[in-house]
Amino acid sequence: MDGTLQIIGAILTLIGSIFLFLGSLGLVRMPDSYNRIQAGTKASTLGTILTLLGIAFINPDWTGKLILLILFVLLTNPISSNVLARAAHYINIPLYKKTVIDKLKKEETIKVNVSEDKINTNSDKKEDKQ
Amino acid sequence: MVSILLYISLGFMLLGISLSMIRFIKGPLSVDRVISFDVMTVGSLGLIALIAFFTNRIIYIDVALVYGLLSFIGVLIVARYLERGL
Amino acid sequence: MKIKNHIILFLVLLAVWLLLNSSFEIHILIVGVVVSLIITLIFCRNCNVFSEIKLTPKAFFYAIIYVFVFSAALIKSNFDVARRVVTPSLPINPGIVTVKTKLKSKIGRLILANSITLTPGTLTIDIKDDILYIHWIDVLSTNIDEDTQQIVSRFEKYLEVIYG
Repeated sequence: MDGTLQIIGAILTLIGSIFLFLGSLGLVRMPDSYNRIQAGTKASTLGTILTLLGIAFINPDWTGKLILLILFVLLTNPISSNVLARAAHYINIPLYKKTVIDKLKKEETIKVNVSEDKINTNSDKKEDKQ
Repeated sequence: MVSILLYISLGFMLLGISLSMIRFIKGPLSVDRVISFDVMTVGSLGLIALIAFFTNRIIYIDVALVYGLLSFIGVLIVARYLERGL
Repeated sequence: MKIKNHIILFLVLLAVWLLLNSSFEIHILIVGVVVSLIITLIFCRNCNVFSEIKLTPKAFFYAIIYVFVFSAALIKSNFDVARRVVTPSLPINPGIVTVKTKLKSKIGRLILANSITLTPGTLTIDIKDDILYIHWIDVLSTNIDEDTQQIVSRFEKYLEVIYG
């Protein structure tokens, strides 16, 4: 039962689960929503792909469905993270205090024209003209 | 050998899902909860595949496929709700 | 031009069906062909995204190279995230920067945005025309050209050939 292919598959599964664990650790440790999205998405994508690939190595009869599942995860997981990040930025979820720059912010304030910081909007417009 | 390694990876996976559960309970904002939900479901896909291997039933892979589809649509709908309401 | 959309959609649907069944028995093949044909004829009124894919041998070759480049970037990004998470001081320096893309086709931009999300330390937040807004976990520079050089160009040179 324990062929070389099976052992390779088991090791791949183990590596994938470790990545998944580290991603969840990042989810707990990271300071703001965007960094959490980064850590969570990347680690869960590669972790799940490696796990499914390992199962496909162990049991080659299931390869078709597992490849379909891998392609599905690879295509949808970045999209869901992207949509979530955009929604988070749209509803003005604050960035981490050490954040260096936020170039999306300027255009959002001009477009939405939030009434609470009109001074900010004007200064942003000036900066935009430069 | 193979089953020992798979049991260890099962443990790591459950640990990871529990950690995301901590963020799900603690998360101060709804976005944090949604992203931990996403990580939990995507991790569960690997978990379901492992369970399918242990019980030797291929039907669980189909369950994983539908589960992933539903989680993706759920995240999209929650994000859309956060952005401009349903 | 229009028949190309139909053919590509039909082949994708048939491939999904065959992967789902993972068998080439004759009745499964017949059901797959018939259902894919019906779906293609009904729903392919305006699926013009597929016509942007080039079907030349060079594009095919570049697509295979792209898969390897992308896999290397994905694995590297995971080690990057793991290193940042495990380090006790949490070495992050986040910010949102802009980059420019030269790609014109919709599906090419989709693939580019997905690839950027899965590569080391970057997350696509929004896209307006040819400007991509990217959350970068470790900002090295805030100049648009340098960022484009660092983030986009390694994928773009392959995607340009594939999607035009």
